[in-house]
Amino acid sequence: MELKEQAGAGAVTVINVGPADNEQIIRKALAVGADDAVRINAGEDVEPFFVASQIANYAKGKGYDIIFTGKETISYNSFAVGGMLAELLDLPFVSQATKIDMEGSKGVVHREIEGGEEVLEVALPFLIAAQKGMAEQRIPNMKGIMSARTKSLEVVEAIAVDTYSKIAHYEMPPAKSACKMIGADDMDMLVDLLHNEAKVI
Amino acid sequence: MVLVYIDHANGKIKKSSLEAATYGVQLASKMGTSACAVALGTIENVSKLGEYGITKVLHCTDARFDSFDARPIAKAVSEAAISIGANVVVMSFNQNGKALGPRLSVRLKAGIIPGASSMVDVSNGFKAKKNVFSGKAIADCEILTSTKIVSISPNTIPVAIVGGTCTVDAFNPSLTDADFAIKVRGVEMVKGDIPLFEADLVVSAGRSLKGPENWGMIEECAKILGAATACSRAVADVHWRPHHEHVGQTGLAISPNLYIAVGISGAIQHLAGVSSSKTIVVINTDPEAPFFKAADYGVIGDAMEVVPKLNIALKKLKAG
Repeated sequence: MELKEQAGAGAVTVINVGPADNEQIIRKALAVGADDAVRINAGEDVEPFFVASQIANYAKGKGYDIIFTGKETISYNSFAVGGMLAELLDLPFVSQATKIDMEGSKGVVHREIEGGEEVLEVALPFLIAAQKGMAEQRIPNMKGIMSARTKSLEVVEAIAVDTYSKIAHYEMPPAKSACKMIGADDMDMLVDLLHNEAKVI
Repeated sequence: MVLVYIDHANGKIKKSSLEAATYGVQLASKMGTSACAVALGTIENVSKLGEYGITKVLHCTDARFDSFDARPIAKAVSEAAISIGANVVVMSFNQNGKALGPRLSVRLKAGIIPGASSMVDVSNGFKAKKNVFSGKAIADCEILTSTKIVSISPNTIPVAIVGGTCTVDAFNPSLTDADFAIKVRGVEMVKGDIPLFEADLVVSAGRSLKGPENWGMIEECAKILGAATACSRAVADVHWRPHHEHVGQTGLAISPNLYIAVGISGAIQHLAGVSSSKTIVVINTDPEAPFFKAADYGVIGDAMEVVPKLNIALKKLKAG
């Protein structure tokens, strides 16, 4: 939305792969300014390759200049959809992006790397996996919420996709042994424990 | 055959890639095969990978690979994998591995375990564990495709030198200039710091330090230990510390041997980024701070008083 406003032209489509319940969130995206929306009808618990394949199938040939994804889901923390989608569409891909400025048909993108940041230049079209810092989150106002009701929300059935992986089972992390408390004046003892017991310093 | 992708910065192999090499070598031995590596770009001394048990390195010295660009690298690594008949590709789940792994997965039609935290169990299928729900649970992930990719969380495995030598073969993947679509304009590295992502020891502080002017003692503590410094999200949000120091759900996930948290309450979003640290020390005025539940050692007290005392005690240890 920020890029569209800066350019003074263009359109923003939002897409989600999931069940009908997700339409609440999709309407929110329309309420803050997206032009139209698509939901690929699918179950909730699907693997990244399934999600990426659905989006690629929809987006292919539609001429989107920039595709944004998040960096990871907060459930499976896989960081996988963006990269898979970029490969399926054969697009250049910048992951962990924190900032983007357009210079004509080129994007200048900041990407977090270990111990710093790199500034990259990439021509349209491209795909960005954005992380915190990319844009200020907007809160829908009444006018937006009203207009969102009449915007197009297309529902498309999912295509069949091979299963690449599955989660065999879940387990709880090993229980942490009780925290050893050390007196605030006993820093020699803490250092001794770290040195001789935990053997980390 | 196992293929290990070697990531590098400024011509040097990253520590996280040496971990991947060790992991790949151990996995190959479980599978009764050997491990090769693919190294792309101007990298010094790739033959030293032999010391870690790698038998052959495919090295492409094309300088276009000196900066990271996931698309051409995925093409080159998949070409390498096919040329040696690799059925498993191993890489680090570092910033570059997070971008490369999924691309390669699609290219090779290979299932991926992104961020494995254990060695692969090959006794019944191909399974490895991975932290999910921000460290609240562990998932046992199984890959169902014939070619497989495992990207391993940093610090999952200690780098092991086993001795040995390897051959280095020139490797020339078929790529054109059009494949390299991303140009680097500039790189800004944090000066003088130990990179947080690869640090064994980390000293971190939160908002209860009251202001950036109070970070001197944290930096001193890190300096005595040879540790990296980190901070909570609240601190990065008000710009007391740079964003790249922010660890947690929306920042960097780290798993050092020692994580010292000063004045951080331990919200679940913060714990998500640090709970896999081997030893956690929490210093907080509030005895009810949730962080104590995740800690190995706790100190209830004011950071302004405790940290200087800790620094004196650490100096004594270092002085021997």
